[in-house]
Amino acid sequence: MDWILLTEQTLNGLQFGLMLFLLAAGLTLVFGIMDMINLAHGSLYMVGAYLAATLAVTTGSFVIALLGAAAGTAIFGALLEVSLLRTLYQKDHLTQVLATFALILIINEGTRMIWGPQALMLNIPDALSGPVELFAGLNYPAYRLLIIAVGVAVALGLYLLVTRTRVGMLVRAGASNREMALAMGVNVKRLFTAVFAVGAALSAVAGALLGPLLAVQVGMGESILILAFVVIVIGGIGSIRGALVGSLLVGFVDTVGRTLLPMGLRTVLPPAVASNLGPALASILIYVLMASVLFWRPQGLFPARG
Amino acid sequence: MPGVALPALALLIALPLVIQAIGQPFYTVLASRILIFALAASSLNLLIGFGGMVSFGHAAFFGTGAYTVAILMFHGVDSAWIAWPAAVIVSALAATAIGAISLHTRGVYFIMITLAFAQMIYYVFVSLKMYGGDDGLSLPGRSALGLGLDLKSDMVFYYVVLALVAMTMVLLGRLVNARFGRVLQGIRENESRAAAVGVPVYRYQLVCFAIGGAMAGLAGALAVNQSGLASPNLLYWTQSGMLMIMVILGGVGFLYGGVLGATVLLLLEEVLSDYTIHWQLGEGVVLLAIVLYAPNGLLSIIRRKAPADA
Repeated sequence: MDWILLTEQTLNGLQFGLMLFLLAAGLTLVFGIMDMINLAHGSLYMVGAYLAATLAVTTGSFVIALLGAAAGTAIFGALLEVSLLRTLYQKDHLTQVLATFALILIINEGTRMIWGPQALMLNIPDALSGPVELFAGLNYPAYRLLIIAVGVAVALGLYLLVTRTRVGMLVRAGASNREMALAMGVNVKRLFTAVFAVGAALSAVAGALLGPLLAVQVGMGESILILAFVVIVIGGIGSIRGALVGSLLVGFVDTVGRTLLPMGLRTVLPPAVASNLGPALASILIYVLMASVLFWRPQGLFPARG
Repeated sequence: MPGVALPALALLIALPLVIQAIGQPFYTVLASRILIFALAASSLNLLIGFGGMVSFGHAAFFGTGAYTVAILMFHGVDSAWIAWPAAVIVSALAATAIGAISLHTRGVYFIMITLAFAQMIYYVFVSLKMYGGDDGLSLPGRSALGLGLDLKSDMVFYYVVLALVAMTMVLLGRLVNARFGRVLQGIRENESRAAAVGVPVYRYQLVCFAIGGAMAGLAGALAVNQSGLASPNLLYWTQSGMLMIMVILGGVGFLYGGVLGATVLLLLEEVLSDYTIHWQLGEGVVLLAIVLYAPNGLLSIIRRKAPADA
């Protein structure tokens, strides 16, 4: 187990963790501020990926595709919030689950009707398709580095937005005590729509960035949605800092578990057994992590309500 | 609602004859499937509607029951008299273990911790290459029941399923209206008050959770007999979600909420998929309409929620 592989896997874990954060940030704010379980958050991620794939083909520019996908999905999210989700805030969690599950079905099928059942290909921009030599012996894909850079930039921007601006203050006020924020005259309707649109844009960025690495297909949102929920529960519902720490934790455990666990197991088990036990163990590990956090710190690592 | 249950039962008994008369044997298979899911959804309804425990990992017990039957058959044990009770017991034990830990949490955290445990079990079965791993474990045939009944016949299978489901529903109806069920609903309404009058809340909820798991295990045992395949997908979170949707759709806390929800959802899929490949769109729209116009489920339209019903 050499350190080059270790560095590479650490970077992979960081990259996956940051993408999870983009998804989890919106989810945790919507959950924390509006007390709303939004299963359809993964659908926004999917819509973002599809928009990016289409824009990349029509304009030929990855940057335009990325920005366009973010803007388009933000508008889509805002429309969804104003037209439908707004009416669900006052309802109980079970109703929200059923309603947003219905939304998943509708958006999935709508996507299939517009783009067809085949998975779309979103190509890595030519300039970034090669590897970069970080230092002697470690070649790392340039595109993955870009993902990390964008992820760090967005995470930093979001952190500053939430902790340093007036809007951010309102958001934090809403997350830590909704009723009090209401009583103090915060225009919650507009705030909710804005938060929802920003969350949608962030998940679209994640979808567009991950598009070239994973397949752009219907159903891509559901597989990552549960991980995003795991992240926000570990971090503490409503907490941006918690979402960041949770995302990185889950990203590392997943990535490192997938590659290093089989290698470690190979020393004690037959290779065939080790290589198929490893990924499952890594996935189990994530849920063991979540269950332990819930058991010992039910409010998550960084509770937003204090 | 005894006024509806008996005629419904009579109808279900007559159903295969009608189906045979119109020459569409496939509908017997569909009817068995609906009954099995009605049982699974009812077991979840016991937890959510009567116990106040919103479990998002109920597929774990459904799948555990299915795998218990499949694994026993893989090792040559194909008697239903051994395999089915085994499925019920193993699922009940799994539910007891998971419930014992999860019931220390409340609300959203309970939802998430039950999800976590279900996903763990899912990945355990994915990693068991000996029992098919990702691809699942195919069964060579259905369990052997003896008594001159051959489960390979879809109609015999249907009647066996119907008998088991009907019996379980009768027991469930008695359970929720017995002292145990009343205490449970008291806990659901106000946990601290129940604790204050001396109810051992944790123990009651754990027993309820185990019973729900056992029922789901039975449903799983029947489901694997019908489909002939125990796949990890039976335990995936989308399956838990589907059961939850059925319960919410039918009506949380109504004795027959799970039954109605399973029936409506599966029939809706069946009918819509006959008309269009985009049936999921229609299903989504119908579900959305139900949420907006009957937020407490279909049964809430017919009757107002009365805790002392059935």
